[in-house]
Amino acid sequence: MNVLIGHYNYWIVIFLMMAGLYVVIAQGNLVKKIVGLNIFQASVFILFISMGKVEGGTAPIVTQGVSLYSNPLPHVLILTAIVVGVATTALALALVVRINEAYCSVEEDEIHQQDQSF
Amino acid sequence: MIRLRNLFAVVMLFGIYSFLTASLFVTLNAVDVAFTEAAVGAGISTFLMLSTLALTVRREKVRRKRTVIPLLVVTIIGATLVYGTFDMPYFSDPSAPLHSHVARHYIEASADEVGVPNLVTAVLASYRGYDTLGEVTVIFTAGIGVLVLLGYRKRSGKS
Amino acid sequence: MRPPIQPHNLVLRISAKMLIPPILMFALYVLFHGETGPGGGFQAGVIFAAAIVLYALVFGIGLARAVATERLLRVLASLGMLLYVGVGLASLFAGANFLDYDVLAQERLEGQHLGIFLTELSIGMTVSAVMMIIFFAFAERGVRR
Repeated sequence: MNVLIGHYNYWIVIFLMMAGLYVVIAQGNLVKKIVGLNIFQASVFILFISMGKVEGGTAPIVTQGVSLYSNPLPHVLILTAIVVGVATTALALALVVRINEAYCSVEEDEIHQQDQSF
Repeated sequence: MIRLRNLFAVVMLFGIYSFLTASLFVTLNAVDVAFTEAAVGAGISTFLMLSTLALTVRREKVRRKRTVIPLLVVTIIGATLVYGTFDMPYFSDPSAPLHSHVARHYIEASADEVGVPNLVTAVLASYRGYDTLGEVTVIFTAGIGVLVLLGYRKRSGKS
Repeated sequence: MRPPIQPHNLVLRISAKMLIPPILMFALYVLFHGETGPGGGFQAGVIFAAAIVLYALVFGIGLARAVATERLLRVLASLGMLLYVGVGLASLFAGANFLDYDVLAQERLEGQHLGIFLTELSIGMTVSAVMMIIFFAFAERGVRR
């Protein structure tokens, strides 16, 4: 029972991660794949931030009268990761726009068909 | 969101999902991260996807695809991951090894060494400043990449 | 080049006119108060870019391009990177490690403060310029077709 209460955040994260992974693998539309990738990324952020939370602590800003702070190291890591994630998404969407102009489609199997029929 | 075919609705739901994640971060005491996720995830990411939809298509085409194998792969990976989490520290446990070594030093010594109240800024800009330099480089590179892919006006339609 | 003022556009234009300067001021506030509260370079850069994006959406891309020309954005992004590396090199020339802020001023804490201030400023400049570059690249692709 203690195991259940102590680990439920990891299981929520794993559920979201698997949902994102399923979208990336199984969907054929390129824009939906990128949305799935972002869902996956957001679940990893939740994993790190939930691991950094300390019971009874507050936000990591030094104030008077508070002695227990949440761990600032995962926050720094995730801050970097969020911005890098949006940079990757921007590049991926620019590629999708160019693919659409070249193949007139954003469905994965149509693009494969056009490539193989050359 | 997974089974919807109207891509506009998918992007809207994705914006809501980002905003909910930002609220979750506030509950978990991560205010800086929540700020960034709300601004970047619910703002910039959603806007970029809407621009892409305006430049490409609005609806997904109907396809018959076997979803048994991806579901099987996803279930097996998920089960393995759940089996791996049984050894991890409990949620919000103050005595987890994560909080013991470097983080404790940063929290205690940053008042003398850096003198800035916001611990996240102190770690980001002073203790780990080199990583932040790498991050700015990545953003700059992404900007250059988008400029190369989408920036030129003088070319005609398909090149 | 200015779009005609239509009645159904009016509420949007007036509220955008009232909102954009406070948004820009808020971006600067978040940038410089990133040390005492939540905030910092990234958030400020994104909020600044969002204000310019709002201006472009309501008043047209031509007017927004006149404010944020392509040359200005490229120079701003490159200047941000150069400033960051310049702070690190200044520490090198003063005799300490790369990006060691202790030697930037007379007192150690003053040096840290100055170093963090310059670093956050450079991050804000680069992030806002790159977000605007990405927005204008996507938007002008649609106009050209």
